[in-house]
Amino acid sequence: MSTVFIALQTNEETRQVIEAIVQDNPDAVVNEQPAMVKIDAQDRLVIRRETIEELIGRPFDLQELQVNLITMTGNLDQTDDEMVLYWNA
Amino acid sequence: MDMQAAKKKLGLKERYAVMTRGLDWTPSYQKMEDIYPYVAYEGIKIHDWDKWEDPFRLTMDAYWKYQAEKERKLYAIIDAFNQNNGHLNVTDARYINAVKLFISGISPLEYVAHRGFAHAGRAFPGPGPRVACLMQSIDEIRHAQTQVHSISNYNKYYNGMHDFHHAHDRVWFLSVPKSFFDDALTAGPFEFMVAIGFSFEYVLTNLLFVPFVSGAAYNGDMGTMTFGFSAQSDEARHMTLGLEVIKFILEQDPANVPIVQRWIDKWTWRGYRVLTLVAMMMDYMLPKRTMSWKEAWEIYFEENGGALFKDLARYGITMPKCAGQIALEKDHLSHQAWSTFYNYAAAANFHTWMPDDDEMKWLASKYPDSFDKLYRPRYRFWREQAAKGNRFYSKTLPMLCQVCQIPMVFTEPGEPTKTCYREVDYRDDKYHFCSDHCKKIFEDEPEKYTQAWLPVHQIYQGNCFPEGSDPTAEGFDPLAEVLKFYNLEHGRDNLDFEISEDRKNFAEWRGQATRNI
Repeated sequence: MSTVFIALQTNEETRQVIEAIVQDNPDAVVNEQPAMVKIDAQDRLVIRRETIEELIGRPFDLQELQVNLITMTGNLDQTDDEMVLYWNA
Repeated sequence: MDMQAAKKKLGLKERYAVMTRGLDWTPSYQKMEDIYPYVAYEGIKIHDWDKWEDPFRLTMDAYWKYQAEKERKLYAIIDAFNQNNGHLNVTDARYINAVKLFISGISPLEYVAHRGFAHAGRAFPGPGPRVACLMQSIDEIRHAQTQVHSISNYNKYYNGMHDFHHAHDRVWFLSVPKSFFDDALTAGPFEFMVAIGFSFEYVLTNLLFVPFVSGAAYNGDMGTMTFGFSAQSDEARHMTLGLEVIKFILEQDPANVPIVQRWIDKWTWRGYRVLTLVAMMMDYMLPKRTMSWKEAWEIYFEENGGALFKDLARYGITMPKCAGQIALEKDHLSHQAWSTFYNYAAAANFHTWMPDDDEMKWLASKYPDSFDKLYRPRYRFWREQAAKGNRFYSKTLPMLCQVCQIPMVFTEPGEPTKTCYREVDYRDDKYHFCSDHCKKIFEDEPEKYTQAWLPVHQIYQGNCFPEGSDPTAEGFDPLAEVLKFYNLEHGRDNLDFEISEDRKNFAEWRGQATRNI
């Protein structure tokens, strides 16, 4: 098992994004650090557009995440509907 | 009237394919090797450039859109910070020395990274990596500019930052980050990508930006926090590209594996040595600490890097050998670095100081195996000496490592009371190294590293005095002349924090900000 993570700025735009990540990855661990939130998961973390849209009540383009992204790790695969971080090993 | 049916938008994958593929043509009257002269000599074999894919699938139109948004956010905050005298809200004026270190040590590297990615992008015959390099090149110049803009507000009030680029090209310890990037920039395009895109951005950059930016936030520095976050949002993309670079090169040809492994070994070590500055910044220069260097190393290198190299094992890539030595150094690195800067405070563009009792307590709790035994007694002695009026400033010049250019202050792996020295005879000269890893890098490419511009050697050769000065004149003060060459003012830009103008001004201004005088 290896940890993948994503870190986002703490702000009003990411509040629901983080909520969505927690909904879609029940085992993810949320670490609140000064001005940022780091979310760790084992081997795989998925961020789904639909879940975010339900929570924010408007259409959301996953590329909007770029604006508030701090760092991440793992292999990435991004489509219109989801962004997946994963380790192969 | 017919309703115009909205055309279905292309999906992300298709959009990426349309905007990054088929942009090239086959030259008819020039040879490919004349157009791309640097692509073959490093020995890397690429069979299909189209296999390169940016996993974010970012296209130029989306790039401009999101970058513009980042800039608008950033500059609104910088304005607010400046309008509200934000510089007086930092924890205490010692913190500003971390900003000085950043603007003179790191920001100029952003500019060089801009040049490096422009150069690497031009060298690759594939449009996918070219688009990615173009974006990164523009990101890097944005980082240089936003850092200069944000920090310029500090420069209005505090010393040592007035000529940061001049300093970067001359000041002895700034040759460490400068030579690191110059080394990468003068390598071939593939090595540059592995050096900066992978080893620095992917493996090590979290250690630079995340603690630094989080540290700025913790210490009330909204300006630095904001440019840091703005840059960091690009870094996440750079890191992803760095990993993609490696996977792409490794998948193209098995013959690439040993070449890439050597570069990973070399650049992880080179980058780690540069991060010495970050280690001491985290443990000593942030009045309010976020995490120790050792903790950051464990999270971002040992844990995260461990996962990464496990993932890359399927290509035959292994954890860089230097990881073993780094693990042994993590209890000592920041303390040895800070001790060095404390001693050389007369020749630096920022102030140093001795940690107070609370800070020593924090250090002891974070470094239970080393601090009380090895470093606290040393600091206590220096503090006593300073109290008696004997604050010590070393005015002799240290021996430098030929590769990382750091003074040879590091200790033998596992023997923290014995200084580590290595040497190599090459042609008719002797070369010195701080470690087996720097020595190995030299032995692999001696022709390159014999040309290093070592600040100490240059001072001894008389190349670091202002024009017209006469080293043979009676009463010639070499340090004073070197400081003039650096464009630093003795007694204002250097020496101990306790006696600094920064400390005095900050206290006065903070007083004025809260009272009506």
